[in-house]
Amino acid sequence: MVLGMTKMNFTGWLGLQTRFCRPTIVSAGLVVAAALALPGVNVGASETFTTGSSDVIIQEINNQIRQTWKDNEVDPSPVADDAEWMRRVYLDIVGHIPAVEDVEKFLGDKDKAKRTKLIERLLDDPGYVRNWTTIWTNLCIGQQTPRRVSREGMQKFFREAFGKNRPWKDVVSDLVTAEGHYEENGATNFLLAQMQDQDDGAQMTAKTTRLFMGMQVQCTQCHDHPFNDWKQDQFWQFNSFFRQTAKVDHRRFDQKTGRMVDDFSEIVEKNFSGPVYFEKRSGLMKVAYPAYFGTEVNPDESTDRRKELARLMTVGERPMIAMAYINRLWAHFFGFGFTNPIDDISTHIPVTHPALFDRLSEEFVKSGYDCKQAMRWIANSEPYNLTSRTTKKNARDNPAIGEAALFTHVYVKPMSAEQLYDSLIIATNAHKSGRSGWEQAESQRHAWLQKFVQAFGTDDGGESSSFDGTIPQALMMMNGPLVQDAVSVKAGSHLHDLLTGKGSENQKIQRLYMTSLGRMPTRPELGAAQKFLNNSHDPLTVYQDLFWALLNSNEFIINH
Amino acid sequence: MSLVTPSGMSRRHFMGHLAAGAATLPALDFISHVKANAADLKRRQKACILMWMSGGPPSIDIWDLKPDSKNGGEFKPINTKGDLQISEHMPKTAQVMDNLSVIRAMSTREADHGRGRYYMHTSYVPTPTVVHPAFGSVVSYELGSKRKDLEIPAFISIGGGGSSPGFLGMTHSPFLVNGSGQIENSDLGSVGLERLDQRLRMLGTVEDNFIHSQRGESGQAHKDVYVKAVNLMKSKQMDAFKINEEKKEVLDAYSGAPAQGGMMGGGGQFGRSLLMARRLVEAGVPFVEVDFGGWDLHANVFQTLKTQRLPALDAGIAALTSDLKQRGMLNDVVLVWMGEFARTPRINQDVGRDHWANSWSVMIGGGGLKGGLAVGETDKDGISVSSSKSYQPGDVWATVAHALGIPLDIVHKSKNGRPMKLANGGTAIQELIG
Repeated sequence: MVLGMTKMNFTGWLGLQTRFCRPTIVSAGLVVAAALALPGVNVGASETFTTGSSDVIIQEINNQIRQTWKDNEVDPSPVADDAEWMRRVYLDIVGHIPAVEDVEKFLGDKDKAKRTKLIERLLDDPGYVRNWTTIWTNLCIGQQTPRRVSREGMQKFFREAFGKNRPWKDVVSDLVTAEGHYEENGATNFLLAQMQDQDDGAQMTAKTTRLFMGMQVQCTQCHDHPFNDWKQDQFWQFNSFFRQTAKVDHRRFDQKTGRMVDDFSEIVEKNFSGPVYFEKRSGLMKVAYPAYFGTEVNPDESTDRRKELARLMTVGERPMIAMAYINRLWAHFFGFGFTNPIDDISTHIPVTHPALFDRLSEEFVKSGYDCKQAMRWIANSEPYNLTSRTTKKNARDNPAIGEAALFTHVYVKPMSAEQLYDSLIIATNAHKSGRSGWEQAESQRHAWLQKFVQAFGTDDGGESSSFDGTIPQALMMMNGPLVQDAVSVKAGSHLHDLLTGKGSENQKIQRLYMTSLGRMPTRPELGAAQKFLNNSHDPLTVYQDLFWALLNSNEFIINH
Repeated sequence: MSLVTPSGMSRRHFMGHLAAGAATLPALDFISHVKANAADLKRRQKACILMWMSGGPPSIDIWDLKPDSKNGGEFKPINTKGDLQISEHMPKTAQVMDNLSVIRAMSTREADHGRGRYYMHTSYVPTPTVVHPAFGSVVSYELGSKRKDLEIPAFISIGGGGSSPGFLGMTHSPFLVNGSGQIENSDLGSVGLERLDQRLRMLGTVEDNFIHSQRGESGQAHKDVYVKAVNLMKSKQMDAFKINEEKKEVLDAYSGAPAQGGMMGGGGQFGRSLLMARRLVEAGVPFVEVDFGGWDLHANVFQTLKTQRLPALDAGIAALTSDLKQRGMLNDVVLVWMGEFARTPRINQDVGRDHWANSWSVMIGGGGLKGGLAVGETDKDGISVSSSKSYQPGDVWATVAHALGIPLDIVHKSKNGRPMKLANGGTAIQELIG
């Protein structure tokens, strides 16, 4: 069953294109070629790229991706220079740009294995835990905390999960089976966030399958899926696993105000047995019993249905939770996944590299669902180390317009709000000034993010690969207090240190570029900045304005 | 997508005229002529002002009174200049009702605040598969994009929360301002225009470098947003937010200047927001939403209405309607009044009314729609629609689309490619457009 889903039913899919138009347009030849690519066939790479790591899985990625380049007659972009790659791998693994000292150290390092060593260092960095906690908290409960959900509880759960590098299947199992107080057992917040409406667990069903299994079954709540095999009864079969779940919202008396106020919430087990009922479009009522892809579960009261679901989710060589995780991870690093969208792995969505996708998922399971190991494979692979610039020989590899991704270059992606904030802090050295304590810093961060995300509008957790900013966000970046502070020349600020320190004009300009963009200025950029300095009677404002421009630039905010 | 565009002429269009006409007209005369025309055209652009009553207003106490029923409550109906009666606590509005109509047969099934808000704004019930755009975003997409002279956002929401532009994209999200009209971070502060220009020239160097680095469209998209933000900061149209430029009499009329001084439960704010809306519409903004909250009246409904909500509502609607009329704009500006639902005909033990979506009223007028009518009716106790037809939000927005000149057969596409009919396939209400 699971196997059947990853292999695309090609004729079926084509037939459906005409009936129901999706934006995903894939060149037919490409997909056939990809499907025929056999694992382990060496394409005879003339010069073998390596970050310094020689894992067999990394070789497998390189070989299979190269094969599709050859099959599609495209050439890869050159390997990214160290500056470009370093900024990217920092943003992707620890969620912020590198500090200028780290950039200088890395660029000066002559070690041939320095890239793989940097990957290892970042995987052990506290920023890794923080970044992935942020990502999964947002995915599970949204950027704006729903009512009766504890963001702190959710974060605590993920901090421990990523801090201890817990096996992904255990993490998912904890989330799906969670019970109890929302701070004592932070895992409960995932389900609590899906219990905002009295909807018989429809949201829990839709979100769990979409997020952890890469299946978009939500339309089948009301009707059979228009272009894959999923039927409406399947939605309700999944749904029936969640029907023993209830939440209790506790309230308490507040001495100060003399009123009852919200206290904690918890998830409790409730008695439920037998079938669930649902209505067909025809108005006919039908029943569904708990079943997982055809595996039926005893519908008695004696069954703990969510525990059964968690168990079934990990059965097989290549369970959906492994595929969904690998696909999301791949898209996180490359900008696009093996399917587009990434959380719709099914027969009607073409898979760019089916054999590689399967292999990585299997290896992930074999590794014991080791999240860091999966990241190692991807970050050390050749395609991830290429530049994000296209060339004439691969410009048509453009998944943004619906083409199947060939990974001939790394696709750019806009920073998340959190990445942007944390990067601004690094670029302005605010993290080292020690002006405020941890708690104060956290609350400032939270306040800024709230505003920025509100200005952004969406909290769907949907991943967008194109820049989709708003005017209020641009205003916040241009004139908001964070950037104003950054370009001020208060004692202890980065800019102050720079301008009062030694060095020529050129060196100062270079350092501003290194600090913000992690690279040296080009010759024309240097010339332009010098011209401003020459024409100004107040060089201080020129440096300030240059720093302002760098922090506000597309190059800063777009992870490339 | 082909569009009948009712927007004013573009700047380029004017420049064309300028070049062609300069030979035949004395220059000064010509320019003043063009300016007058431009102002006139801008004023005559189509627009919609949505008065959003968040919390759910009791339409049974405002637009559709039931004096002979036990559900009728304390208020009596009065005659109006239109062909319908409304609440005695709306006397000023009664005098302009020949311009406004009431749809008394709304039946909308969503009685939860969040779901009702979504449904009334988008015409679609919430589903997990897709986020639908609020109708303001649709207008921004259809009309705002065509108004090249418009330097400020095409969908402005005053004093309220945001709604999502859904699959139409962030360009069409509502631009939120508070009731004072202050736009956060739009002030240059001590930096000044000269410094800003220096900054922007430097920014241009970095941005163009990245745009030309063969990395797709994102770099340009970023620059486009910044251009818009800078235009906004520098725009004269920003003056539209400054309601204090209006004469005191005008301000007083909108906010229903209380005779004894003192504020009416924040009601003055509603009027001031409406005044800002009129100024924005004059500047060319095609959709403005004005939030007026405090309608979730589970208790003490009549006292609150009588002393706080209705005096402010009455003054605001009456002043806006007459003002637009006086300025010759009423035929082009549609006014819509609604909340997420209305309130139970039954009066509860706390002398309040609870959530009710089954039978209620929405007010609509201007924009060339027929005024002074009651469309449809509810039964004698107000508990169900008794006329043959009941209406959904899609029908209201289809009527608005008709008035704005947006073709009803437009189909947008959601991000996953599903076709989405304008206003969920609603139809314009015949009695109003007839």
